[in-house]
Amino acid sequence: MKQKRFDLAGFAGRYKLPLLLVLLAALAAVPFLGLSSYVVRVFCMVFTYSILTISLNFVTGYLGATSMGHASLYCVGAYVGALAATRAGCNIWVSLVLAVLVGCLAGGLLGVCTIKLSGSYMTVTTLAFAQVVTMVAKNWTSVTNGTLGIKDIPKARLLGAELTVRNGGMYFVGLGLLILCLLFSSMVIRSKYGRAFIAVRDDELGARMMGLKTRNYRLLGTVISGALAGLAGCYYAYLTGYIDPVTFSFDISMTILTMAILGGLASLPGSIAGAAILTVFPELLRSLDVYRYLFFGFILVIMMRLRPQGILGSVKAARYTLPKGVLRPAAAMEQGKEGT
Amino acid sequence: MALLDVRQITKTFGGLVAVDNLTFHVDEKQIVSIIGPNGAGKTTTFNMITGAYRLDGGEIYFDGQPIHTKSSQQIVKAGIARTFQNIRLFKSMRVIENVLIGCHIHTSYGFFDAVFRTPRFREAERRAHQRCVEILESLDLAQYMDEDAKNLPYGLQRKIEIARAIATDAKLLILDEPAAGMNPQESEALMDFIFSLRDAGYTILLIEHDMSLVMNISDYIYVCEFGKLIAEGTPDQVASDPRVIEAYLGKGGAYE
Ligand SMILES: Nc1ncnc2c1ncn2[C@@H]1O[C@H](COP(=O)(O)OP(=O)(O)OP(=O)(O)O)[C@@H](O)[C@H]1O
Ligand SMILES: [Mg+2]
Repeated sequence: MKQKRFDLAGFAGRYKLPLLLVLLAALAAVPFLGLSSYVVRVFCMVFTYSILTISLNFVTGYLGATSMGHASLYCVGAYVGALAATRAGCNIWVSLVLAVLVGCLAGGLLGVCTIKLSGSYMTVTTLAFAQVVTMVAKNWTSVTNGTLGIKDIPKARLLGAELTVRNGGMYFVGLGLLILCLLFSSMVIRSKYGRAFIAVRDDELGARMMGLKTRNYRLLGTVISGALAGLAGCYYAYLTGYIDPVTFSFDISMTILTMAILGGLASLPGSIAGAAILTVFPELLRSLDVYRYLFFGFILVIMMRLRPQGILGSVKAARYTLPKGVLRPAAAMEQGKEGT
Repeated sequence: MALLDVRQITKTFGGLVAVDNLTFHVDEKQIVSIIGPNGAGKTTTFNMITGAYRLDGGEIYFDGQPIHTKSSQQIVKAGIARTFQNIRLFKSMRVIENVLIGCHIHTSYGFFDAVFRTPRFREAERRAHQRCVEILESLDLAQYMDEDAKNLPYGLQRKIEIARAIATDAKLLILDEPAAGMNPQESEALMDFIFSLRDAGYTILLIEHDMSLVMNISDYIYVCEFGKLIAEGTPDQVASDPRVIEAYLGKGGAYE
Protein backbone atom coordinates (compact mmCIF):
# COMPACT_ATOMS: atom_id res chain seq x y z
CA MET A 1 0.00 0.00 0.00
CA LYS A 2 1.09 3.50 -0.73
CA GLN A 3 2.05 5.42 2.30
CA LYS A 4 0.64 8.94 2.34
CA ARG A 5 3.13 11.48 3.54
CA PHE A 6 2.80 15.17 4.00
CA ASP A 7 4.28 16.84 0.94
CA LEU A 8 5.88 19.89 2.57
CA ALA A 9 7.36 21.34 -0.59
CA GLY A 10 4.15 20.71 -2.52
CA PHE A 11 2.13 22.41 0.21
CA ALA A 12 4.43 25.42 0.30
CA GLY A 13 4.27 25.60 -3.49
CA ARG A 14 0.49 25.58 -3.60
CA TYR A 15 0.02 28.33 -1.01
CA LYS A 16 3.13 30.22 -1.96
CA LEU A 17 1.65 33.69 -2.27
CA PRO A 18 -0.47 33.84 0.91
CA LEU A 19 2.31 32.20 2.92
CA LEU A 20 4.83 34.71 1.63
CA LEU A 21 2.57 37.68 2.33
CA VAL A 22 1.90 36.60 5.90
CA LEU A 23 5.58 36.01 6.47
CA LEU A 24 6.55 39.36 5.01
CA ALA A 25 3.92 41.22 7.02
CA ALA A 26 5.12 39.52 10.20
CA LEU A 27 8.73 40.36 9.42
CA ALA A 28 7.89 43.96 8.58
CA ALA A 29 6.09 44.34 11.92
CA VAL A 30 9.01 43.20 14.06
CA PRO A 31 10.71 46.59 14.56
CA PHE A 32 7.40 48.12 15.65
CA LEU A 33 6.75 45.66 18.44
CA GLY A 34 8.76 47.67 20.92
CA LEU A 35 11.46 44.99 21.20
CA SER A 36 14.77 45.96 22.72
CA SER A 37 17.48 46.89 20.26
CA TYR A 38 19.34 43.80 21.43
CA VAL A 39 16.59 41.61 20.02
CA VAL A 40 16.43 43.61 16.79
CA ARG A 41 20.18 43.19 16.45
CA VAL A 42 19.78 39.43 16.76
CA PHE A 43 17.37 39.61 13.83
CA CYS A 44 19.95 41.61 11.87
CA MET A 45 22.52 38.91 12.55
CA VAL A 46 20.05 36.28 11.37
CA PHE A 47 19.82 38.17 8.08
CA THR A 48 23.59 38.41 7.82
CA TYR A 49 24.12 34.75 8.51
CA SER A 50 21.30 33.75 6.19
CA ILE A 51 23.03 35.53 3.32
CA LEU A 52 26.33 33.94 4.30
CA THR A 53 24.81 30.49 4.44
CA ILE A 54 23.18 30.92 1.05
CA SER A 55 26.51 32.14 -0.21
CA LEU A 56 28.29 29.07 1.16
CA ASN A 57 25.63 26.85 -0.38
CA PHE A 58 26.64 27.90 -3.86
CA VAL A 59 29.99 26.26 -3.25
CA THR A 60 29.21 23.55 -0.73
CA GLY A 61 25.53 22.78 -1.27
CA TYR A 62 25.12 23.07 -5.00
CA LEU A 63 28.64 22.40 -6.21
CA GLY A 64 29.48 19.93 -3.47
CA ALA A 65 32.85 21.39 -2.47
CA THR A 66 33.17 21.74 1.28
CA SER A 67 34.61 25.13 2.19
CA MET A 68 36.04 25.63 5.66
CA GLY A 69 37.23 29.14 4.97
CA HIS A 70 34.09 30.96 4.11
CA ALA A 71 34.72 33.71 6.64
CA SER A 72 37.46 34.93 4.32
CA LEU A 73 34.99 36.12 1.69
CA TYR A 74 32.85 37.63 4.44
CA CYS A 75 35.99 39.38 5.72
CA VAL A 76 36.81 40.81 2.29
CA GLY A 77 33.32 42.30 2.01
CA ALA A 78 33.48 43.78 5.49
CA TYR A 79 36.85 45.43 4.88
CA VAL A 80 35.81 46.77 1.49
CA GLY A 81 32.66 48.24 3.06
CA ALA A 82 34.53 49.68 6.04
CA LEU A 83 37.29 51.17 3.89
CA ALA A 84 34.88 52.59 1.34
CA ALA A 85 33.03 54.30 4.17
CA THR A 86 35.95 55.57 6.25
CA ARG A 87 38.53 56.33 3.55
CA ALA A 88 36.51 57.20 0.47
CA GLY A 89 33.45 58.56 2.19
CA CYS A 90 31.09 56.31 0.25
CA ASN A 91 27.56 55.84 1.50
CA ILE A 92 26.26 52.37 2.37
CA TRP A 93 24.71 51.75 -1.04
CA VAL A 94 27.90 52.49 -2.97
CA SER A 95 29.85 50.48 -0.39
CA LEU A 96 27.56 47.49 -0.88
CA VAL A 97 28.06 47.60 -4.64
CA LEU A 98 31.83 47.83 -4.19
CA ALA A 99 31.81 44.97 -1.69
CA VAL A 100 29.86 42.79 -4.13
CA LEU A 101 32.29 43.58 -6.94
CA VAL A 102 35.39 42.93 -4.87
CA GLY A 103 33.62 39.87 -3.44
CA CYS A 104 33.26 38.56 -7.02
CA LEU A 105 36.99 39.02 -7.52
CA ALA A 106 37.86 37.32 -4.24
CA GLY A 107 35.48 34.46 -5.02
CA GLY A 108 36.97 34.21 -8.49
CA LEU A 109 40.44 34.04 -7.00
CA LEU A 110 39.37 31.27 -4.65
CA GLY A 111 37.77 29.55 -7.63
CA VAL A 112 40.94 29.74 -9.70
CA CYS A 113 42.96 28.34 -6.78
CA THR A 114 40.62 25.37 -6.35
CA ILE A 115 39.41 24.70 -9.86
CA LYS A 116 41.49 21.59 -10.42
CA LEU A 117 40.95 20.25 -6.92
CA SER A 118 38.23 18.19 -5.39
CA GLY A 119 37.31 16.71 -2.05
CA SER A 120 39.73 17.22 0.82
CA TYR A 121 42.28 19.00 -1.38
CA MET A 122 39.75 21.66 -2.16
CA THR A 123 38.78 21.94 1.51
CA VAL A 124 42.37 22.37 2.65
CA THR A 125 42.86 25.06 0.03
CA THR A 126 39.86 27.00 1.33
CA LEU A 127 41.44 26.83 4.79
CA ALA A 128 44.72 28.15 3.42
CA PHE A 129 42.89 30.87 1.51
CA ALA A 130 41.23 31.99 4.73
CA GLN A 131 44.60 32.04 6.47
CA VAL A 132 46.04 34.25 3.75
CA VAL A 133 43.14 36.67 3.97
CA THR A 134 43.49 36.90 7.75
CA MET A 135 47.22 37.48 7.44
CA VAL A 136 46.66 40.26 4.96
CA ALA A 137 44.04 41.88 7.19
CA LYS A 138 46.40 41.65 10.18
CA ASN A 139 49.59 42.78 8.51
CA TRP A 140 48.73 45.24 5.76
CA THR A 141 48.57 47.88 8.43
CA SER A 142 48.62 50.91 6.16
CA VAL A 143 45.29 49.88 4.67
CA THR A 144 43.55 47.65 7.19
CA ASN A 145 44.94 49.20 10.36
CA GLY A 146 46.19 45.74 11.36
CA THR A 147 44.93 44.01 14.45
CA LEU A 148 43.44 47.24 15.78
CA GLY A 149 40.77 46.98 13.14
CA ILE A 150 38.68 49.75 11.66
CA LYS A 151 36.68 51.85 14.08
CA ASP A 152 34.00 54.47 13.68
CA ILE A 153 32.44 53.25 10.50
CA PRO A 154 29.79 55.89 9.84
CA LYS A 155 26.11 55.03 10.19
CA ALA A 156 24.13 54.18 7.09
CA ARG A 157 21.87 56.92 5.80
CA LEU A 158 18.85 57.07 3.58
CA LEU A 159 17.51 60.45 2.37
CA GLY A 160 19.37 62.19 5.16
CA ALA A 161 17.98 60.01 7.91
CA GLU A 162 20.31 57.81 9.93
CA LEU A 163 19.56 54.11 9.75
CA THR A 164 20.25 52.39 13.05
CA VAL A 165 19.28 49.22 14.82
CA ARG A 166 17.26 51.26 17.33
CA ASN A 167 15.07 52.95 14.71
CA GLY A 168 14.72 49.74 12.70
CA GLY A 169 16.53 51.15 9.67
CA MET A 170 19.31 48.56 9.67
CA TYR A 171 16.71 45.85 10.22
CA PHE A 172 15.00 46.79 6.99
CA VAL A 173 18.28 47.12 5.10
CA GLY A 174 19.19 43.60 6.23
CA LEU A 175 15.77 42.20 5.39
CA GLY A 176 15.89 43.89 1.99
CA LEU A 177 19.33 42.49 1.21
CA LEU A 178 18.25 39.01 2.25
CA ILE A 179 15.17 39.18 0.03
CA LEU A 180 17.31 40.41 -2.86
CA CYS A 181 19.76 37.61 -2.26
CA LEU A 182 16.96 35.03 -2.13
CA LEU A 183 15.39 36.28 -5.35
CA PHE A 184 18.73 36.28 -7.13
CA SER A 185 19.68 32.85 -5.85
CA SER A 186 16.41 31.17 -6.68
CA MET A 187 16.50 32.60 -10.21
CA VAL A 188 20.00 31.21 -10.69
CA ILE A 189 19.18 27.87 -9.12
CA ARG A 190 16.01 27.42 -11.14
CA SER A 191 17.77 27.79 -14.46
CA LYS A 192 20.27 25.84 -16.52
CA TYR A 193 22.96 27.21 -14.21
CA GLY A 194 21.46 25.60 -11.14
CA ARG A 195 21.00 22.32 -12.99
CA ALA A 196 24.59 22.46 -14.15
CA PHE A 197 25.83 23.07 -10.58
CA ILE A 198 24.01 20.03 -9.29
CA ALA A 199 25.15 17.91 -12.22
CA VAL A 200 28.75 18.88 -11.48
CA ARG A 201 28.22 18.00 -7.82
CA ASP A 202 26.66 14.62 -8.60
CA ASP A 203 29.20 13.58 -11.23
CA GLU A 204 31.70 16.03 -12.64
CA LEU A 205 33.09 13.70 -15.29
CA GLY A 206 29.58 12.70 -16.32
CA ALA A 207 28.67 16.37 -16.67
CA ARG A 208 31.72 17.00 -18.81
CA MET A 209 30.78 14.10 -21.04
CA MET A 210 27.38 15.71 -21.58
CA GLY A 211 29.11 18.76 -22.99
CA LEU A 212 29.14 20.96 -19.88
CA LYS A 213 32.13 23.19 -19.31
CA THR A 214 32.31 22.10 -15.72
CA ARG A 215 35.19 24.36 -14.71
CA ASN A 216 33.30 27.44 -15.82
CA TYR A 217 30.40 26.43 -13.61
CA ARG A 218 32.65 25.82 -10.64
CA LEU A 219 34.18 29.23 -11.16
CA LEU A 220 30.76 30.82 -11.51
CA GLY A 221 29.71 29.20 -8.24
CA THR A 222 32.62 30.66 -6.31
CA VAL A 223 32.15 34.09 -7.90
CA ILE A 224 28.48 34.16 -6.87
CA SER A 225 29.47 32.93 -3.45
CA GLY A 226 32.04 35.72 -3.13
CA ALA A 227 29.54 38.34 -4.23
CA LEU A 228 26.94 37.32 -1.66
CA ALA A 229 29.48 36.96 1.14
CA GLY A 230 30.79 40.40 0.21
CA LEU A 231 27.29 41.78 0.54
CA ALA A 232 26.87 40.24 3.97
CA GLY A 233 30.29 41.51 5.09
CA CYS A 234 29.61 45.08 4.08
CA TYR A 235 26.24 45.05 5.79
CA TYR A 236 27.85 43.70 8.94
CA ALA A 237 30.49 46.44 8.91
CA TYR A 238 27.79 49.12 8.83
CA LEU A 239 25.74 47.26 11.42
CA THR A 240 28.45 47.10 14.06
CA GLY A 241 30.53 50.14 13.14
CA TYR A 242 33.71 48.27 14.03
CA ILE A 243 35.58 45.35 12.49
CA ASP A 244 38.91 43.67 13.11
CA PRO A 245 40.59 40.54 11.72
CA VAL A 246 39.54 38.40 14.70
CA THR A 247 35.87 38.97 13.82
CA PHE A 248 36.31 36.68 10.81
CA SER A 249 38.02 33.76 12.44
CA PHE A 250 37.89 30.05 11.72
CA ASP A 251 34.99 29.82 14.21
CA ILE A 252 32.86 31.91 11.88
CA SER A 253 33.71 29.68 8.92
CA MET A 254 32.67 26.66 10.95
CA THR A 255 29.49 28.37 12.14
CA ILE A 256 28.44 29.10 8.57
CA LEU A 257 29.22 25.55 7.49
CA THR A 258 27.24 24.16 10.43
CA MET A 259 24.29 26.40 9.58
CA ALA A 260 24.31 25.12 6.00
CA ILE A 261 24.46 21.50 7.08
CA LEU A 262 21.89 21.85 9.85
CA GLY A 263 19.43 23.68 7.59
CA GLY A 264 20.00 21.21 4.79
CA LEU A 265 22.57 21.58 2.04
CA ALA A 266 21.42 23.04 -1.28
CA SER A 267 18.22 24.46 0.19
CA LEU A 268 17.50 28.18 0.29
CA PRO A 269 14.80 27.95 2.98
CA GLY A 270 17.12 25.54 4.79
CA SER A 271 19.87 28.16 4.76
CA ILE A 272 17.61 30.59 6.55
CA ALA A 273 16.39 27.96 9.00
CA GLY A 274 19.96 26.92 9.82
CA ALA A 275 21.12 30.51 10.21
CA ALA A 276 18.15 31.46 12.36
CA ILE A 277 18.44 28.50 14.70
CA LEU A 278 22.18 28.77 15.17
CA THR A 279 21.99 32.52 15.73
CA VAL A 280 19.03 32.59 18.09
CA PHE A 281 19.80 29.51 20.19
CA PRO A 282 23.18 30.66 21.46
CA GLU A 283 21.56 33.95 22.44
CA LEU A 284 18.74 32.23 24.30
CA LEU A 285 21.21 29.98 26.07
CA ARG A 286 23.52 32.77 27.12
CA SER A 287 22.59 32.20 30.77
CA LEU A 288 24.12 28.73 30.55
CA ASP A 289 27.45 30.39 29.89
CA VAL A 290 30.08 28.02 28.47
CA TYR A 291 27.79 25.01 29.01
CA ARG A 292 25.71 26.18 26.11
CA TYR A 293 28.36 24.83 23.75
CA LEU A 294 27.87 21.44 25.33
CA PHE A 295 24.14 21.68 24.85
CA PHE A 296 24.70 22.89 21.36
CA GLY A 297 26.99 20.08 20.34
CA PHE A 298 24.48 17.68 21.81
CA ILE A 299 21.66 19.06 19.66
CA LEU A 300 23.82 18.80 16.56
CA VAL A 301 24.77 15.21 17.23
CA ILE A 302 21.14 14.22 17.81
CA MET A 303 20.11 16.10 14.72
CA MET A 304 22.70 14.46 12.50
CA ARG A 305 21.63 11.11 13.86
CA LEU A 306 17.92 11.65 13.17
CA ARG A 307 18.03 13.75 10.05
CA PRO A 308 21.46 13.75 8.46
CA GLN A 309 20.23 15.59 5.39
CA GLY A 310 19.44 18.63 7.53
CA ILE A 311 16.13 20.18 8.54
CA LEU A 312 15.00 21.11 5.05
CA GLY A 313 17.54 19.14 3.03
CA SER A 314 16.23 17.02 0.16
CA VAL A 315 12.73 18.37 0.62
CA LYS A 316 11.32 18.25 -2.88
CA ALA A 317 7.85 18.69 -4.27
CA ALA A 318 6.49 15.39 -5.52
CA ARG A 319 6.08 16.97 -8.91
CA TYR A 320 8.50 18.85 -11.07
CA THR A 321 7.11 22.21 -12.17
CA LEU A 322 7.22 22.53 -15.92
CA PRO A 323 7.56 26.02 -17.37
CA LYS A 324 4.47 27.76 -18.72
CA GLY A 325 3.50 26.52 -22.14
CA VAL A 326 4.78 22.98 -21.68
CA LEU A 327 2.06 20.42 -21.16
CA ARG A 328 2.55 17.70 -18.58
CA PRO A 329 2.58 14.40 -20.43
CA ALA A 330 -0.55 12.31 -19.93
CA ALA A 331 1.53 9.42 -18.60
CA ALA A 332 2.85 11.62 -15.80
CA MET A 333 -0.55 12.93 -14.74
CA GLU A 334 -1.05 10.40 -11.97
CA GLN A 335 2.41 10.90 -10.60
CA GLY A 336 2.79 12.53 -7.24
CA LYS A 337 -0.68 14.05 -7.07
CA GLU A 338 -0.88 13.79 -3.33
CA GLY A 339 2.76 13.13 -2.66
CA THR A 340 4.04 9.63 -3.07
CA MET B 1 31.72 7.66 -46.41
CA ALA B 2 31.68 6.29 -42.90
CA LEU B 3 30.04 8.40 -40.19
CA LEU B 4 32.70 7.44 -37.69
CA ASP B 5 36.14 6.58 -38.94
CA VAL B 6 38.66 5.38 -36.38
CA ARG B 7 42.19 5.04 -37.71
CA GLN B 8 44.98 3.24 -35.92
CA ILE B 9 44.26 4.60 -32.46
CA THR B 10 46.50 3.64 -29.59
CA LYS B 11 46.28 4.20 -25.86
CA THR B 12 48.81 3.13 -23.27
CA PHE B 13 48.58 3.29 -19.48
CA GLY B 14 52.12 3.13 -18.20
CA GLY B 15 53.45 -0.06 -19.75
CA LEU B 16 50.04 -1.46 -20.59
CA VAL B 17 48.88 -1.03 -24.18
CA ALA B 18 45.13 -0.90 -23.63
CA VAL B 19 44.25 -0.11 -27.23
CA ASP B 20 46.74 -1.06 -29.89
CA ASN B 21 46.56 0.37 -33.38
CA LEU B 22 42.82 -0.14 -33.63
CA THR B 23 41.05 0.70 -36.89
CA PHE B 24 37.33 0.43 -37.55
CA HIS B 25 34.46 2.43 -38.93
CA VAL B 26 30.75 2.85 -38.43
CA ASP B 27 28.44 3.56 -41.33
CA GLU B 28 25.45 5.78 -41.04
CA LYS B 29 22.21 4.25 -39.69
CA GLN B 30 23.83 0.97 -38.78
CA ILE B 31 24.15 -0.88 -35.53
CA VAL B 32 27.78 -1.79 -35.02
CA SER B 33 29.06 -3.75 -32.04
CA ILE B 34 32.44 -4.08 -30.45
CA ILE B 35 32.89 -7.29 -28.51
CA GLY B 36 35.77 -8.87 -26.71
CA PRO B 37 36.78 -10.35 -23.38
CA ASN B 38 37.16 -8.25 -20.21
CA GLY B 39 40.01 -5.79 -20.42
CA ALA B 40 40.10 -5.90 -24.22
CA GLY B 41 40.13 -2.10 -24.35
CA LYS B 42 36.55 -1.52 -25.45
CA THR B 43 35.64 1.10 -22.88
CA THR B 44 39.01 2.75 -23.40
CA THR B 45 38.14 3.04 -27.10
CA PHE B 46 34.87 4.75 -26.20
CA ASN B 47 36.68 7.07 -23.86
CA MET B 48 38.98 8.07 -26.69
CA ILE B 49 36.14 8.66 -29.14
CA THR B 50 34.32 10.89 -26.65
CA GLY B 51 37.39 12.89 -25.69
CA ALA B 52 37.67 11.58 -22.15
CA TYR B 53 41.18 10.29 -22.99
CA ARG B 54 43.76 11.83 -25.31
CA LEU B 55 45.06 9.51 -28.02
CA ASP B 56 48.63 8.26 -27.91
CA GLY B 57 48.45 7.71 -31.63
CA GLY B 58 46.02 7.60 -34.53
CA GLU B 59 43.11 9.68 -35.69
CA ILE B 60 39.34 9.73 -35.34
CA TYR B 61 37.05 11.32 -37.91
CA PHE B 62 33.38 12.00 -37.44
CA ASP B 63 31.31 13.16 -40.39
CA GLY B 64 34.57 13.84 -42.22
CA GLN B 65 35.95 16.10 -39.47
CA PRO B 66 38.82 15.18 -37.17
CA ILE B 67 37.58 14.93 -33.58
CA HIS B 68 40.57 13.46 -31.79
CA THR B 69 41.96 16.96 -31.25
CA LYS B 70 38.72 18.29 -29.80
CA SER B 71 37.40 18.59 -26.24
CA SER B 72 34.53 16.46 -24.95
CA GLN B 73 32.28 19.48 -25.20
CA GLN B 74 33.07 19.98 -28.86
CA ILE B 75 32.61 16.29 -29.55
CA VAL B 76 29.16 16.29 -27.96
CA LYS B 77 28.28 19.33 -30.03
CA ALA B 78 29.53 17.59 -33.16
CA GLY B 79 26.94 14.87 -32.53
CA ILE B 80 28.32 12.01 -30.47
CA ALA B 81 26.74 11.09 -27.16
CA ARG B 82 27.33 8.13 -24.95
CA THR B 83 26.13 6.06 -22.05
CA PHE B 84 28.38 4.50 -19.44
CA GLN B 85 29.23 0.97 -18.40
CA ASN B 86 28.57 1.86 -14.77
CA ILE B 87 25.59 4.17 -15.04
CA ARG B 88 26.47 7.81 -14.56
CA LEU B 89 23.14 9.49 -14.08
CA PHE B 90 22.98 12.56 -11.87
CA LYS B 91 21.63 10.75 -8.87
CA SER B 92 19.94 13.50 -6.93
CA MET B 93 18.32 15.00 -10.00
CA ARG B 94 14.94 14.03 -11.33
CA VAL B 95 14.61 12.10 -14.56
CA ILE B 96 13.53 15.16 -16.49
CA GLU B 97 16.39 17.19 -15.05
CA ASN B 98 18.84 14.54 -16.17
CA VAL B 99 17.46 14.75 -19.68
CA LEU B 100 17.60 18.56 -19.47
CA ILE B 101 21.33 18.27 -18.84
CA GLY B 102 21.48 16.45 -22.15
CA CYS B 103 19.79 19.49 -23.74
CA HIS B 104 22.14 21.83 -21.94
CA ILE B 105 24.44 22.60 -24.86
CA HIS B 106 21.43 23.69 -26.93
CA THR B 107 19.83 25.79 -24.20
CA SER B 108 21.25 29.14 -25.10
CA TYR B 109 20.78 32.10 -22.81
CA GLY B 110 23.10 34.07 -20.59
CA PHE B 111 23.40 34.54 -16.87
CA PHE B 112 21.55 37.85 -16.92
CA ASP B 113 18.71 36.31 -18.90
CA ALA B 114 18.32 33.80 -16.08
CA VAL B 115 18.49 36.35 -13.25
CA PHE B 116 16.01 38.74 -14.88
CA ARG B 117 13.82 36.05 -16.43
CA THR B 118 13.97 37.66 -19.88
CA PRO B 119 11.77 36.48 -22.77
CA ARG B 120 14.86 34.83 -24.21
CA PHE B 121 15.22 32.80 -21.01
CA ARG B 122 11.56 31.79 -20.98
CA GLU B 123 11.57 30.76 -24.60
CA ALA B 124 14.78 28.75 -24.35
CA GLU B 125 13.63 26.99 -21.18
CA ARG B 126 10.22 26.29 -22.65
CA ARG B 127 11.78 24.80 -25.75
CA ALA B 128 14.26 22.67 -23.79
CA HIS B 129 11.52 21.30 -21.52
CA GLN B 130 9.23 20.65 -24.47
CA ARG B 131 11.95 18.67 -26.19
CA CYS B 132 12.75 16.65 -23.09
CA VAL B 133 9.11 15.82 -22.52
CA GLU B 134 8.86 14.66 -26.13
CA ILE B 135 11.96 12.49 -25.81
CA LEU B 136 10.64 10.93 -22.61
CA GLU B 137 7.25 10.31 -24.20
CA SER B 138 8.78 8.74 -27.28
CA LEU B 139 10.75 6.34 -25.08
CA ASP B 140 7.78 5.55 -22.84
CA LEU B 141 9.53 7.10 -19.87
CA ALA B 142 7.23 10.08 -19.32
CA GLN B 143 5.60 8.58 -16.24
CA TYR B 144 8.94 8.64 -14.44
CA MET B 145 9.79 12.26 -15.16
CA ASP B 146 9.33 13.41 -11.55
CA GLU B 147 11.35 10.63 -9.94
CA ASP B 148 14.88 11.03 -8.71
CA ALA B 149 17.14 9.04 -10.99
CA LYS B 150 18.63 7.08 -8.09
CA ASN B 151 15.25 5.67 -7.08
CA LEU B 152 14.60 3.85 -10.35
CA PRO B 153 15.45 0.25 -11.19
CA TYR B 154 18.58 -0.51 -13.12
CA GLY B 155 16.95 -1.19 -16.49
CA LEU B 156 15.10 2.11 -16.41
CA GLN B 157 18.23 3.98 -15.43
CA ARG B 158 19.94 2.62 -18.52
CA LYS B 159 17.08 3.83 -20.69
CA ILE B 160 17.21 7.24 -19.09
CA GLU B 161 20.90 7.45 -19.87
CA ILE B 162 19.99 6.80 -23.48
CA ALA B 163 17.28 9.47 -23.31
CA ARG B 164 19.83 11.91 -21.95
CA ALA B 165 22.22 11.05 -24.77
CA ILE B 166 19.46 11.57 -27.34
CA ALA B 167 18.71 14.97 -25.85
CA THR B 168 22.12 16.20 -26.97
CA ASP B 169 20.82 15.86 -30.57
CA ALA B 170 23.50 13.29 -31.26
CA LYS B 171 23.62 11.43 -34.55
CA LEU B 172 25.81 8.71 -33.15
CA LEU B 173 24.89 7.03 -29.87
CA ILE B 174 27.56 4.97 -28.27
CA LEU B 175 26.29 2.57 -25.66
CA ASP B 176 28.64 0.83 -23.25
CA GLU B 177 27.09 -2.48 -22.19
CA PRO B 178 23.48 -1.33 -22.16
CA ALA B 179 22.23 -4.82 -21.26
CA ALA B 180 24.54 -5.29 -18.30
CA GLY B 181 22.56 -6.37 -15.27
CA MET B 182 19.36 -6.93 -17.24
CA ASN B 183 17.36 -10.14 -17.19
CA PRO B 184 16.56 -11.89 -20.51
CA GLN B 185 13.17 -10.21 -20.84
CA GLU B 186 14.64 -6.79 -20.19
CA SER B 187 17.43 -7.32 -22.65
CA GLU B 188 14.95 -8.49 -25.26
CA ALA B 189 12.98 -5.29 -24.74
CA LEU B 190 16.23 -3.35 -24.97
CA MET B 191 16.89 -4.95 -28.32
CA ASP B 192 13.58 -3.75 -29.72
CA PHE B 193 14.34 -0.37 -28.26
CA ILE B 194 17.71 -0.16 -30.01
CA PHE B 195 16.10 -1.24 -33.28
CA SER B 196 13.58 1.54 -32.89
CA LEU B 197 16.40 4.02 -32.38
CA ARG B 198 18.06 2.84 -35.56
CA ASP B 199 14.75 3.18 -37.41
CA ALA B 200 14.41 6.69 -36.06
CA GLY B 201 17.65 7.55 -37.82
CA TYR B 202 20.30 7.13 -35.15
CA THR B 203 23.56 5.37 -35.77
CA ILE B 204 24.57 3.08 -32.93
CA LEU B 205 27.90 1.82 -31.76
CA LEU B 206 27.70 -0.57 -28.88
CA ILE B 207 29.78 -2.66 -26.56
CA GLU B 208 28.01 -5.72 -25.29
CA HIS B 209 28.75 -9.00 -23.59
CA ASP B 210 25.28 -10.44 -24.09
CA MET B 211 25.98 -12.60 -27.14
CA SER B 212 22.42 -13.31 -28.11
CA LEU B 213 21.75 -9.58 -28.13
CA VAL B 214 24.86 -8.81 -30.16
CA MET B 215 24.27 -11.55 -32.69
CA ASN B 216 20.65 -10.56 -33.23
CA ILE B 217 21.05 -6.85 -33.37
CA SER B 218 24.30 -5.99 -35.12
CA ASP B 219 24.80 -5.12 -38.75
CA TYR B 220 28.51 -5.49 -38.25
CA ILE B 221 30.76 -6.69 -35.44
CA TYR B 222 34.34 -5.96 -34.47
CA VAL B 223 36.10 -8.34 -32.10
CA CYS B 224 38.96 -7.12 -29.91
CA GLU B 225 41.40 -8.86 -27.66
CA PHE B 226 44.22 -7.18 -25.75
CA GLY B 227 43.51 -3.92 -27.53
CA LYS B 228 43.89 -5.43 -30.99
CA LEU B 229 41.29 -6.18 -33.59
CA ILE B 230 41.21 -9.96 -34.10
CA ALA B 231 38.17 -10.32 -36.32
CA GLU B 232 35.35 -8.44 -37.94
CA GLY B 233 32.34 -9.12 -40.07
CA THR B 234 28.64 -9.82 -40.00
CA PRO B 235 27.28 -11.77 -37.03
CA ASP B 236 27.42 -15.03 -39.00
CA GLN B 237 30.97 -14.50 -40.13
CA VAL B 238 32.12 -13.59 -36.64
CA ALA B 239 30.32 -16.50 -35.00
CA SER B 240 32.15 -19.00 -37.17
CA ASP B 241 35.55 -17.31 -37.02
CA PRO B 242 38.03 -19.64 -35.31
CA ARG B 243 40.00 -16.74 -33.78
CA VAL B 244 36.85 -15.49 -32.09
CA ILE B 245 35.98 -18.91 -30.77
CA GLU B 246 39.48 -19.20 -29.43
CA ALA B 247 39.36 -15.77 -27.78
CA TYR B 248 36.09 -16.56 -26.07
CA LEU B 249 36.43 -20.23 -25.26
CA GLY B 250 40.15 -20.79 -25.23
CA LYS B 251 42.15 -23.10 -27.49
CA GLY B 252 40.32 -26.25 -28.44
CA GLY B 253 36.96 -24.89 -27.33
CA ALA B 254 33.90 -25.28 -29.50
CA TYR B 255 31.24 -22.77 -30.30
CA GLU B 256 27.74 -24.11 -30.12
N1 LIG C 1 42.44 4.91 -16.51
C1 LIG C 1 43.14 3.76 -16.59
N2 LIG C 1 44.36 3.66 -16.02
C2 LIG C 1 45.07 2.51 -16.12
N3 LIG C 1 44.65 1.42 -16.77
C3 LIG C 1 43.44 1.46 -17.35
C4 LIG C 1 42.63 2.62 -17.30
N4 LIG C 1 41.48 2.37 -17.97
C5 LIG C 1 41.59 1.12 -18.41
N5 LIG C 1 42.75 0.56 -18.05
C6 LIG C 1 43.21 -0.78 -18.40
O1 LIG C 1 43.12 -0.93 -19.78
C7 LIG C 1 42.64 -2.21 -20.13
C8 LIG C 1 41.40 -2.08 -20.98
O2 LIG C 1 40.35 -1.64 -20.15
P1 LIG C 1 38.88 -1.35 -20.68
O3 LIG C 1 38.11 -0.78 -19.57
O4 LIG C 1 38.94 -0.56 -21.92
O5 LIG C 1 38.38 -2.82 -20.99
P2 LIG C 1 36.98 -3.30 -21.51
O6 LIG C 1 37.22 -3.96 -22.81
O7 LIG C 1 36.00 -2.21 -21.48
O8 LIG C 1 36.63 -4.41 -20.45
P3 LIG C 1 35.23 -4.79 -19.76
O9 LIG C 1 34.55 -5.74 -20.66
O10 LIG C 1 35.63 -5.43 -18.48
O11 LIG C 1 34.48 -3.53 -19.56
C9 LIG C 1 42.41 -2.95 -18.84
O12 LIG C 1 43.54 -3.76 -18.60
C10 LIG C 1 42.32 -1.86 -17.81
O13 LIG C 1 42.80 -2.31 -16.56
MG1 LIG D 1 34.30 -1.79 -20.47
